[in-house]
Amino acid sequence: MRKTALRRVHEMAREDPRIVFLGSDLGPGTLDAMKDELPERFFMEGVAESNLVGMAAGLALEGFIPYVNTIATFLTRRCFDQIVVDACLHRARLRLIGNGGGLVYAPLGPTHQAIEDLAILRALPHMTILAPCDADEMARLMPQTVDHSGPIYIRLAKGHDPIVSDPDLDCVIGRGITRRRGDDALVVTTGITLRPALEAAERLATRGVEIEIVHLPTVKPLDVDAVLEAAARLRWVVTVEEHSVVGGLGSAVAEVLAESDLPCRLRRLGIPDVFPTRYGSQRALMDDFGLSADGIEQAVLALRAAR
Amino acid sequence: MPRPDSTTERPTTPLDARSKTLRRAVVRTLAAGGRGHLGAAFSLVEMLRVLYDDVLQVDAARPDWPQRDRLLLSKGHGCLALYVLLAERGFFDATELERFCHHDGLLGGHPEVHIPGVEASTGSLGHGLSLGLGMALAARLQGAAWRTFVVLGDGESNEGSVWEAALSAGKHRLESLTVLVDVNGLQSYGPTDEVQPMAPLAAKWRAFGFAVDEVDGHDVDALRHRLGRLPFAAGRPSLLLCHTVKGKGIAECEHAPSWHHRSRLAPDVVERLLAALD
Repeated sequence: MRKTALRRVHEMAREDPRIVFLGSDLGPGTLDAMKDELPERFFMEGVAESNLVGMAAGLALEGFIPYVNTIATFLTRRCFDQIVVDACLHRARLRLIGNGGGLVYAPLGPTHQAIEDLAILRALPHMTILAPCDADEMARLMPQTVDHSGPIYIRLAKGHDPIVSDPDLDCVIGRGITRRRGDDALVVTTGITLRPALEAAERLATRGVEIEIVHLPTVKPLDVDAVLEAAARLRWVVTVEEHSVVGGLGSAVAEVLAESDLPCRLRRLGIPDVFPTRYGSQRALMDDFGLSADGIEQAVLALRAAR
Repeated sequence: MPRPDSTTERPTTPLDARSKTLRRAVVRTLAAGGRGHLGAAFSLVEMLRVLYDDVLQVDAARPDWPQRDRLLLSKGHGCLALYVLLAERGFFDATELERFCHHDGLLGGHPEVHIPGVEASTGSLGHGLSLGLGMALAARLQGAAWRTFVVLGDGESNEGSVWEAALSAGKHRLESLTVLVDVNGLQSYGPTDEVQPMAPLAAKWRAFGFAVDEVDGHDVDALRHRLGRLPFAAGRPSLLLCHTVKGKGIAECEHAPSWHHRSRLAPDVVERLLAALD
């Protein structure tokens, strides 16, 4: 997914002289092709994220469209004040591409796990937050990021994630995708949690339970209409996110449902309010937190049993 | 051992009529808003005055003129001096000064990008140099001739992001970028030499790749002379250490931490300050 995103930046920069790329201290060879072809619009500024975002904002205020890339934790936490003031307050057209959203860097421990990025960025006016489910969905969103108003955070998954997006469904910034129709419960996903939700749907179908899946590649602005339309029909709602349950997708959906006066029951699957203490793979940690087909299946069944 | 940029010796430069007029306008604006950073504005007056009078290519009738020079007041809390100069030059109506910090006023306690003549919202310290660096890079990419000026405080220079930006500015050899540091020797809590010593500032900035000069920041002629020969060196960003006095111009405010920020000024205090500037 990262390679797809950065390759698209290069391709778009070739066509659009406003596009520049800024990295911190990325892996050797990152975007060499762009560095060779467009060296004046390729910047690698070292381990200094506050300056990276600030200088990108300066470029944006002068009409350039900077795509900034580094590890998601450092790109969101280390320079949060620059994101608030330089990017959001100025509505600067920065595109922040965060590597390893969620639990991707499981073996590297909590310093590298971006499990609160959606929460802290969701609180910022003018911010748009994208969390595509796979490289194809990323590729469909990238061209839309160029002229979009204000700053955008693009949360990248691990890479080589199975392709589960459907090319026949429109993928538009700010709009949810109804990926599956069902009558028995609503499952709302973002990022790579679409994959286990689809698997859970197949399993539940064999038990006679048909879930509807609304996938939200845009976490902010939330597609309120898509959530409410489905919640009004289905009543039982499960949100699934590779993120803390504090402040992310589940919180956003909860806020909308709470003020809708719909008689819904909601369960949020995510990382509880803890720092992960185990290592291993991203998949292993996701399994620990129930962010799996099994976890989603159990949550749906438990919620329905509670009626 | 003497230090060339020690903050213990303060300039005693006399102020001319224009400098006193500008300071009286600052006092009246502060009184209208009932609050403000007087000390930080007073140390800046001559720096900003010379920039607007003699250096910056700007046009109040066209605040967004693409070829204008960019000025970023990174130490945004010094904005009273900036507002007085922008009003004087007609960027906005001078009556806005009377509504400083009012509920429906144009001007708040820190500069905002929606104010004509203000390039960026500042006030959270340590942001301006990175923004200015990005702007200077933009000018280079566009092949444009306009220049970028960033005004920092010495207390502000405690922020690590200032030095991150300095590293990048040195690396990119941005000769269209000029930094002025208001070395007034005092931050909110007390003397910078005690809170977080920044000396030797000139050696630090040189080590980061800047061409450095120093000046009495209240000496209008000296400021004109220095800023008239930019860049200080080919292929390097320029940096001018402006040695100033916080609260300069009113004896009771000079180098006095209690005058960093004031609110609820009594009318008789305002009269006393204005009288001291006669």
